[in-house]
Amino acid sequence: MKFSEQWLREWVNPQIGTQELMDQITMAGLEVDGFEPVAGQFSGVVVGEVQSVQPHPDADKLRVCQVSDGKDTVQVVCGAPNVRQGLKVPFAVVGAVLPGDFRIKKAKLRGQPSEGMLCSESELGLSENHDGLMELPSDAPVGQDVADYLKLNDVTIDVDLTPNRADCLSIKGIAREVGVLNGVLVDAPVIEPVEAVHSEVPDIRVEAPAGCPRYLGRILRNVNLQAESPLWMQEKLRRSGIRSIDAAVDVTNYVMLELGQPMHAFDRDEIHGGIVVRMARAGEKLVLLDGQEVALTQGTLVIADHEKPIAIAGVMGGEHSGVSPKTRDLVLESAYFDPITLAGKARHYGLHTDASHRFERGVDYKLAREAMERATRLLRDIVGGEPGEIVEVASDEDIPKDRVVDLRARRLNDVLGMEIDRTTVEEILTRLGLRVEKLLKDGWRVSVPSFRPDISIEEDLIEEVGRIYGYNNLPVTEPTGSLGLRPEQEAVRPVSAIRNFFVDHGYQEAVTYSFVDPKVQQLVDPDRQGIALANPISSDLSVMRTSLWSGLLKTVAYNQNRQQPRIRLFETGLRFLQEGERIDQQPMLAGVVVGSQYPENWANGRRTADFFDVKGDLESLFRLLGVDIQFVGSQHPALHPGQTAELLRGGEHVGWLGTLHPQVQKNLELNGTILMFELFLNSVVTGHVPNFNEISKFPEVRRDLAIIIGSDVAFADVERVARKHAGERLTALRAFDVYEGEGLGEGNRSLALSLFWQHPERTLNEDEVHSLFSGVIDALKEELGATLRS
Amino acid sequence: MENLEQLVQDGLAAVDSADSLQALDQIRVEYLGKKGVITQQAKTLGKLSAEERPAAGQKINEAKGQVEQAINARRGDLERVAIEQKLASESIDVTLPGRGQELGGLHPVTRTLQRIEQFFSRAGYTIEQGPEIEDDYHNFEALNIPGHHPARAMHDTFYFNPGILLRTHTSPVQIRTMEAGQPPFRMICPGRVYRCDSDMTHTPMFHQVEGLLVEKNVSFADLKSTVEEFLRVFFEQDLQVRFRPSYFPFTEPSAEVDIEWGREADGSIKWLEVMGCGMVHPKVFEYCGIDAEEYRGFAFGMGVERLAMLRYGVNDLRMFFENDLRFLRQFR
Repeated sequence: MKFSEQWLREWVNPQIGTQELMDQITMAGLEVDGFEPVAGQFSGVVVGEVQSVQPHPDADKLRVCQVSDGKDTVQVVCGAPNVRQGLKVPFAVVGAVLPGDFRIKKAKLRGQPSEGMLCSESELGLSENHDGLMELPSDAPVGQDVADYLKLNDVTIDVDLTPNRADCLSIKGIAREVGVLNGVLVDAPVIEPVEAVHSEVPDIRVEAPAGCPRYLGRILRNVNLQAESPLWMQEKLRRSGIRSIDAAVDVTNYVMLELGQPMHAFDRDEIHGGIVVRMARAGEKLVLLDGQEVALTQGTLVIADHEKPIAIAGVMGGEHSGVSPKTRDLVLESAYFDPITLAGKARHYGLHTDASHRFERGVDYKLAREAMERATRLLRDIVGGEPGEIVEVASDEDIPKDRVVDLRARRLNDVLGMEIDRTTVEEILTRLGLRVEKLLKDGWRVSVPSFRPDISIEEDLIEEVGRIYGYNNLPVTEPTGSLGLRPEQEAVRPVSAIRNFFVDHGYQEAVTYSFVDPKVQQLVDPDRQGIALANPISSDLSVMRTSLWSGLLKTVAYNQNRQQPRIRLFETGLRFLQEGERIDQQPMLAGVVVGSQYPENWANGRRTADFFDVKGDLESLFRLLGVDIQFVGSQHPALHPGQTAELLRGGEHVGWLGTLHPQVQKNLELNGTILMFELFLNSVVTGHVPNFNEISKFPEVRRDLAIIIGSDVAFADVERVARKHAGERLTALRAFDVYEGEGLGEGNRSLALSLFWQHPERTLNEDEVHSLFSGVIDALKEELGATLRS
Repeated sequence: MENLEQLVQDGLAAVDSADSLQALDQIRVEYLGKKGVITQQAKTLGKLSAEERPAAGQKINEAKGQVEQAINARRGDLERVAIEQKLASESIDVTLPGRGQELGGLHPVTRTLQRIEQFFSRAGYTIEQGPEIEDDYHNFEALNIPGHHPARAMHDTFYFNPGILLRTHTSPVQIRTMEAGQPPFRMICPGRVYRCDSDMTHTPMFHQVEGLLVEKNVSFADLKSTVEEFLRVFFEQDLQVRFRPSYFPFTEPSAEVDIEWGREADGSIKWLEVMGCGMVHPKVFEYCGIDAEEYRGFAFGMGVERLAMLRYGVNDLRMFFENDLRFLRQFR
């Protein structure tokens, strides 16, 4: 909410400067978002009076005027269309300085001398309006400094109010706070009822009392809406960020800003039959004041006449029933609308108005009559007219109940962490307008005024006391509760250990969006449907990821497009799957590698990273985690059919490793061989606690063999068969050479293996080793068709 | 015996001129070996009388010793030269870079999260995780944000359907943890959160850490010390911290936390908002089945990217999610 400091100071005027005032209300919870002077910086501008206007002899659009500055009359050449004899205008005399350090000097315009300048609002930094000269009231004293006359030594303060503080959406509310903070009295204008001068009253029927517990109407006959709002009112509105429209709208806005009660004025001639407050019916439409036509939905509270809706209650009036310069009789509305009924309605129609902002947060439910009297008086002063009686339709059971809340001194002290003196507490409450009804044994019984709908429980009062006392005046103490010791499983490695592993192995961590482009996801995970957002921010961030690969591959593209050929990334995070009714949110670990295995360097060579580089990294990771994972040749729609491994732990699927399918790679416009992996984090983080084995004192025996075997036989099978026959004393089995090529026969490869045996309690003798070794060779021959290489 | 002296002279000369270890060895064999010329002199002893023999024998031994000493000295010299030659041939340019894998790096958000987690872990807080696709109840309702609440509009929620959404904060994890356990609680909930907003200063996904402490006797004063200490440790500065009244539906009293961040032109402190906090609202306890008369709690929340930006001087929020390697590498 924006307001004028000067206006506030008419209500409450503590002896503190502007900055201090703003700091003070910020620290009371009314955060000042910013402030700006209400006018540009200028000097030497006085109220001038145009004495005469003559055409310029050499220019069609210019006029030669005689202008009085109160002492002298000088000639001024002016091009504004609204310059006329008798007009009072801001007059920048020779020597004046206008905003932007623009100095006014004697000049000649098309040959005619000109001593000074007549100003528009924009030239004084008052508004954007530069259509013509700013017109001052006819009673403006000629010669007075315009800054003094308009009281421009003022700032517009913008407070960003939290939704609970509806009571501060008015000068009255902010003045109350400032009064409390400074211990000074608030000088509110006296509002007295305006007597009715005729007996015509509006016909009002409230059919939806829950949404509209109170509705007041009053007829103001024979108004003159040609009359303009007075300058002081226009200025107050302008300094609060509201444009002057016409007297009726200005007055309702003024009362809203001053007291916090949004109001509306209808043209009585446009109301057919009478006013009905009801819910909108299916199919009803309304053209709003801003010209747009809306289709009203059921559940929208409307103000209607006997034929059709004429306003969305508490949001915006209709165009048709609004006032115009021709309006003769007004019907004024001042109502209390239920916040819950109005919640979200303005938003639903793409609207946000000063009225809806206030009603949704809760307007003072006892304010409507006072506001009506205030508006009537202001209107009568400006546009004349004959007020009638106020008609009030109220539903007592729907009007919010007055609340009484108990505050216990002990609870107050416990929550705030200090004892606050009883009289201080009472003073704070009272100044805030909360009445201490009764002193209790351990506290106070407090009645809550109608303008504080946010206060209904003890904590609300504690907050008020703490806030006014000052959070920064409360003590600082350490929490004293004891720290329970928590069990921690040694076998479970924290994710941070996994992250550090990848960092140590040259991978950069990425954090990509959890929602991805469905087209990319379709390529990397064609068999699954990502869960779609109902209101995505854009189509390329519209479905939840079913694999971390979508985001990582996009990151590869992003970096390849920025001359980064060597990319090693990993990411941890959830993936999201719809499983029938249930949504599975599974923590994943994924990575992608493309480019040279090592950074380019005199010694590293330029070898491109391949499947076995990344597999090696994963094997090291699994060793770190203490888990045993099998890599089994398999198929995945996004991966190269000949370079895909499914990862199993105890036969259970835990993830994938492979080379991105060349077709997918092409579709994504990526370069190079791209290795990718993705694992279920929860399937690999739990390993085992180490268990000591006695170290054998006896020598280890090694035997090597080279076999020729079909290329389609997996090394894993060779290892399995060899281990099966190598006996329980086998300590290790390694492949130390793999060769495919000349001299082995079509479809064959050569594998060289070394086997190691050791006995914990004795030296193995030659015969037993030989017998095991031969057994392995025989089995490889028989079971896998291997031949011994000579 | 004159011969012996000549032999020694010859031997010493030969040793002197030996230019390799092999040549030296040959000289040793030639003079001192079993059939060496000086060794052979011992055979002449037989022709001498018993009285002459000891003196003659000693002379031979002396001659042997003289040559042997020369050989050893020469060997030492030759070996030293050989080592020097070897070393000279093995010297390398130690200024060339080493070979091997480059180091990767953590994402700056993770780096920041880890520092936050470390601080609170040491203070006895557990680290809790929860779902990111949440239901309306845990994200809003149980946090005292009913359907009509104006605060909902401020959350810019991503929806899947009316009851299911992407969590807008990590507070629902606190609700879930309280539902599942018994007080006291000390926990922080770090993680991804989502708001339907994207511009210069907003990304549709970001990270939060929310903390909660529930004990029998805890006050706003305790909250102040926790928050102040955390901020001073995080920024490694003795910062001024202030608490400004604010509003969150799930805490009361509520405060926004500002830190001192430089000075204004007039010398006054420039304040920067970094966190929100407050005492747990009794309604929230009620939803979680905790007796608000017996237990009290405080909660606080912070935006991780915001803290990372301040800590590392990053000036554009969106960079965190572009994953440009040239950006990421600056944080390793």
